Amino acid sequence: MLDQSYYQMTDEIIGRYGKAPASLIPILQDIQEEYRYLPGELLTYVAGEIGVKEAKAYSVATFYENFSFEQKGKYVIKVCDGTACHVRKSAPVLEALLKELGLSKKKHTTDDMLFTVETVSCLGACGLAPTLMVNEEVHPTMTPEKAIELIQELRGESR
Amino acid sequence: MMMDSKEKILAVREEEIQKLNASDCRILVCSGTGCIATGSHKIYEKFMELVQDTPGIEIEFAPHDSHDEKEEKVSVKKTGCQGVCELGPLVRIQKKDKVIQYTKVQIEDCQEILERSVLEDEVVERLLYKKKGKAYLGPDDIPFIAKQTRIALKNCGKFDAESMGEYLASGGFGAIIKALYEMTPEEVVDAVDKSGIRGRGGGGFPAGRKWKQVARQPEKIRYVVCNGDEGDPGAFMDGSVMEGDPFRLIEGMMLAAYAVSAQNGYIYVRAEYPMSVARLKHAIACMEEAGLLGDHILGTDFSFQLHINRGAGAFVCGEGSALTASIEGNRGMPRVKPPRTVEKGLWEKPTVLNNVETFANIPEIILNGPDWYRGIGTESSPGTKTFSLTGAIENTGLIEVPMGTTLREIIFDIGGGVKEGGTFKAVQIGGPSGGCLTEKHLDVPLDFDSVKKYGAIVGSGGLVVMDEHTCMVEVARFFMSFTQRESCGKCVPCREGTKRMLEILEKIVAGEGEIEDIDRLKELGEMVKSMALCGLGKSAPLPVLSTLREFMDEYVEHIQDKKCRAKVCQSLRRFMINPEFCKGCGKCAKNCPVGAITGVRKEFYHIDTSICIKCNACKDNCAFDAIYIEA
Ligand SMILES: Cc1cc2nc3c(=O)[nH]c(=O)nc-3n(C[C@H](O)[C@H](O)[C@H](O)COP(=O)(O)O)c2cc1C
Ligand code: SF4
Ligand code: FES
Repeated sequence: MLDQSYYQMTDEIIGRYGKAPASLIPILQDIQEEYRYLPGELLTYVAGEIGVKEAKAYSVATFYENFSFEQKGKYVIKVCDGTACHVRKSAPVLEALLKELGLSKKKHTTDDMLFTVETVSCLGACGLAPTLMVNEEVHPTMTPEKAIELIQELRGESR
Repeated sequence: MMMDSKEKILAVREEEIQKLNASDCRILVCSGTGCIATGSHKIYEKFMELVQDTPGIEIEFAPHDSHDEKEEKVSVKKTGCQGVCELGPLVRIQKKDKVIQYTKVQIEDCQEILERSVLEDEVVERLLYKKKGKAYLGPDDIPFIAKQTRIALKNCGKFDAESMGEYLASGGFGAIIKALYEMTPEEVVDAVDKSGIRGRGGGGFPAGRKWKQVARQPEKIRYVVCNGDEGDPGAFMDGSVMEGDPFRLIEGMMLAAYAVSAQNGYIYVRAEYPMSVARLKHAIACMEEAGLLGDHILGTDFSFQLHINRGAGAFVCGEGSALTASIEGNRGMPRVKPPRTVEKGLWEKPTVLNNVETFANIPEIILNGPDWYRGIGTESSPGTKTFSLTGAIENTGLIEVPMGTTLREIIFDIGGGVKEGGTFKAVQIGGPSGGCLTEKHLDVPLDFDSVKKYGAIVGSGGLVVMDEHTCMVEVARFFMSFTQRESCGKCVPCREGTKRMLEILEKIVAGEGEIEDIDRLKELGEMVKSMALCGLGKSAPLPVLSTLREFMDEYVEHIQDKKCRAKVCQSLRRFMINPEFCKGCGKCAKNCPVGAITGVRKEFYHIDTSICIKCNACKDNCAFDAIYIEA
């Protein structure tokens, strides 16, 4: 069960876009931004409030890759695997991160809920490939070594 | 300030021009996504701090200030992409008589730049752009920038991306003023039609024809939609325009709205571009406050509201009908056409849907006329095209060149050739919907029609250069895995066909391919290409088909010789020990997780390639560099 604050927040977000079916995606995006995931209860709640069928809300939410029903870590690391990054060797960066954090292509988030590692298809900084993004900050010209240093830094920061 | 008449906006423009001219020196800090990633925000803040603390510098000045000789009027601005992203953070020092381009500026350099280049007339030599021992002073001296023709990117790097005033001072909004006061909507459509501009989002459909079709519809509620989804992974032209010159894009959309009598507009921005969203929102807010968006713009009957939608991570949403479905709050799936977007687009109403760069070109076309525009580029593809130049190239970055420029000019003259003296192998153009061009295509003029003849497309403008360290089979696998993942699954040929093609490619790079796979790939490719519903599926096989055509020998090598000449495909790499370097320390044998290495201490060691899992542990830890990879 989510506490009341979640619903208050959701009401505020709905207020930003208005109670109309076309507001569904922007509302879900803001909820996801707020909590770093999309709690199922809120999806149901939003559907009811803006007048779309629950099934439709689910089908929309599952269609778009950016929506996640699972809670994500404090630091969401998106490793770019766009073409520019790929040909400048982004794969070893991803591998190094997964190994350092004990994650795999199936397990994305560390047990301590500190890190989530995902891939993304271009961050728009291709001139500085390979890149990755921690929350909203882009880090340029990565190497496996730099990626591990970054993890250590972030671990220190959150202590 | 409210600008509700022509007189008012012209007066404000005059004031802004004076303000611009009043400054003795402008410190222009690049704040494109690339430079921000290398820390340009901190450079901006540092300059602000320094400028505020240095006596004799004035940063807040009114345009009409009497000029006190002792006071230096300096402004610090955040601009859009200055182009050479790899050398960021980039800073330009713009004075009345010269411009200096600095590269890789660090916090420690700011004080020196201020003292020597802003307050004095000296140059900090070590921060200049250098190539082969030669240093270049201004941006227009650098071949990378000098050889470009900038229309869509005209202001990028020169003006404050967040300032409506600077946009005005640069001549901005001149086109919408001209259109509203001197031209009928039909005349605007006509000018765009005559200019011959073709859509920059990939398809190359004439924009004027599209606008005409919308203007003709009986339905009176109409929309203008800007496609800022920039789906090609490895391209950032549209993002650079949205974050670097948001007002120009908006002016282009206003012109479209005026031309087809639309009342509302939407900009659909790719999810990964938070900065584009922020800059566009800021621009819209400024314009609403000034009355340049909303009701009765500039005191005329023209009213236009603009909205922003963020993408949610689906490549297929770049397709027109999927994009409008997404704005409506639905799953972003393409639909069968007709009806086309011009007849039934957003909310089933006639809709002008164009790409970011297309819109960004419109203001200059209206200002300078169609004949001027036709004077640039080629007969069938007038104008310029932006490209993002990436991969194995010396100068990565953002460029804009006349249509018809050859690959050779782009890669060697502008891009400075292949990185670290490597050999040019191919360039992927048009991303996952495009194909590769090779050595023999270097002199093909890049325009919509010429490139098509060689099985590639200009596409949105991604150019990824590949050298001998790139495996073309692996590149084909890479694009196929992208399109397969992004297929929306609505139609079977695309959903199943891409899956099958990917399986085969995975098999080949794993060293398990059979020679028949080549024919299977070709057949499947042709089938998907002709039967898929939308452009995603129709173009998904192109990278495979074009690498098959140009690099058949690499496919055959992978399959028959189990060899990857670029040494990229992991399963095909053989780890070997060079007996000349091996000192017999035994460290590799200890590190090998599967016990593939055996030998005699102080003599030499040997790797059993049938056990080796190619994990690199031995190579990473050898102190004598004795382990090498045989392709
Ligand atoms: C799968 C797919 C993805 C597309 N992605 C984009 C995109 O990211 N940006 C874009 O402008 N056009 C994209 N297009 C092309 C659009 O459908 C449309 O043709 C274009 O936005 C029209 O604008 P233009 O005529 O100004 O180019 C895509 C098409 C397909 C089939
Ligand atoms: S071709 Fe692919 S992406 Fe396009 S509609 Fe069919 S399944 Fe969806
Ligand atoms: S491909 Fe990685 S940032 Fe564009």
